[in-house]
Amino acid sequence: MRIPFIFATALLAVTPAAAQLRVDINSGISQPMPIAVPAMPASAPANTAAGTTAELGVRIAEVIANDLGSSGLFRPIAPAAYTTIVTPADVLRPQFAAWRTVAAQALITGNVTANPDGGITLACYAYDVFGGDELTRQGFVTTAAGWRRAAHKCADLVYSRLTGESGYFDSRIVYISETGPRSKRIKRLAVMDQDGAGHRFLTSGQNLVLTPRFSPSQQQITYMSFEGNRPRVWLYQLGTAQQQAIGQFQGMSFAPRFSPTGQSLVFSMAVGGNTDIYTLDIASKRLTRLTSQPGIETSPSYSPDGSKIVFESDRGGAQQLYVMNADGTGQSRISFGDGRAASPVWSPRGDLIAFTRFGGGRFAINVIRPDGSGERQLTNGYQDEAATWSPNGRVIMYQRSGRGGPPSLWSVDLSGQNERKLRTPLDGSDPAWSPLLD
Amino acid sequence: MYTRHISLISVATLALVVAACAPKKQDLPPPPPPATAPTAQPQNPGATVTDPAVSNGLVPGSLADFIAQAGSDRIRFAYDSYEVDETARSILTRQAQWLGQYPSVRITVEGHADERGTREYNLALGDRRAQAAKNFLAAQGVATARIATISFGKERPEADGADEASYAINRRSVTTLGN
Repeated sequence: MRIPFIFATALLAVTPAAAQLRVDINSGISQPMPIAVPAMPASAPANTAAGTTAELGVRIAEVIANDLGSSGLFRPIAPAAYTTIVTPADVLRPQFAAWRTVAAQALITGNVTANPDGGITLACYAYDVFGGDELTRQGFVTTAAGWRRAAHKCADLVYSRLTGESGYFDSRIVYISETGPRSKRIKRLAVMDQDGAGHRFLTSGQNLVLTPRFSPSQQQITYMSFEGNRPRVWLYQLGTAQQQAIGQFQGMSFAPRFSPTGQSLVFSMAVGGNTDIYTLDIASKRLTRLTSQPGIETSPSYSPDGSKIVFESDRGGAQQLYVMNADGTGQSRISFGDGRAASPVWSPRGDLIAFTRFGGGRFAINVIRPDGSGERQLTNGYQDEAATWSPNGRVIMYQRSGRGGPPSLWSVDLSGQNERKLRTPLDGSDPAWSPLLD
Repeated sequence: MYTRHISLISVATLALVVAACAPKKQDLPPPPPPATAPTAQPQNPGATVTDPAVSNGLVPGSLADFIAQAGSDRIRFAYDSYEVDETARSILTRQAQWLGQYPSVRITVEGHADERGTREYNLALGDRRAQAAKNFLAAQGVATARIATISFGKERPEADGADEASYAINRRSVTTLGN
């Protein structure tokens, strides 16, 4: 389901003054910026299919505050502490003195109006409270049902303006929802917004499914299904709910990911006890073998420019990370040190690779540069695995299980701080973050 | 670990057992067969043993008969290993002998891993284990055309615990009748 968005910058065509307020993303976690996100007033109260514009103004402010707060870079001030109520006139001329008294550094405000076609316009403004300057503004036109996405886009605008990096709030998570006894686990594909809203199951649980990943267009998911006792790679079309195996191969196919263009898949296939990495051109069904070592080569992931693939191999005795050119040439090991290195995934920014480092009874999420330098540990658990990157390469989501406990989804800032557990209706594993939505 | 409560089962029950092992389309894979599968089946007190010559009272060619004669339907592996050790070779040898007596029986070897590995690697490791068991059976004369394999990675543990004893039980291949 696509929600058409019109970026109505022309609607609010005043160039904001160049203010200096800025979050330092490297030290920002320890010093989160206090912000105020008061309920957005309804300048022309009206009903929409999703509630009145005044109600939407309250809910949109809550979504924005939650988004920015979840990053760890911002600290939304509790609305109970506010000393002023925002009127429609205040949106363009905020009462900066009142916001200074609660020590808000930034004020995010705006208003919601109903459009004649049943849709809404969210006008989103951010101000530097102490400088008394406007930081940014943008209008978002959407359907009434799309109000949450408008709120996420406003939060992304503010995040981007204050950190200098692109946002990630208007994005989704596909993952495996789990329930039942360990020996007969029921696993289902499920999707939700990155903040947990809009949760929905995509499969019934009849077939065991694993490792879903989004296409670059966010319209398809590739995953592994044991349908018919033939474990192999499948595609799910989000628009039509159509599910299709990508082909009938000699052995088990698994560990799929899309190429950055979305036109091909890279995955593993096990033939006669030997697992290698292959690509499949989706349109032509042409299969290409990239590795031919006798070991296990799996968990391939493309660099964002499509020129390289990181994967794991046990050719050296135990699982380690390797990088190769996209045609399979130039394979070289990049991970060393204690323990095993597995399940690598390339950052959408290209500068880092996240992976599972394990040994000595612990499983951690680490990051490493593609040349093998700068390895850094972000988490430490009984079993942390299955890392996935936020669209801006700033946050990593992963699956955490305690000893004997069920898995759940967690996220952590690239600094290693701000570990947070996501709420899911059932247990959760194998998360995969979408790109920013269109 | 696997005490077998041997009991009579009728031919009709055998058919049920075999049917339960056959892959069903559009369905979840069958869980590993319970260690005491025959006793879990409803017993028919009026059942007649088809071959009175069988001293153990089992229906010849049944899963219970297979387990009884081979000693086990499964073998264990060391951590991150797919080496078929001596105990495993002994079990697989007897499985092959039984399969030699029933040449029409086809089998599926399931490969499994414990939870102390990453998901995708463990799928490959389960495949290696299933292949290793298959290769050993084939070397003992079982036609490869009769042997299917499937890996469940760490998705279908048998033991629930989060301790080495449980992980050891879960690092296994299981020979199921039918494919």
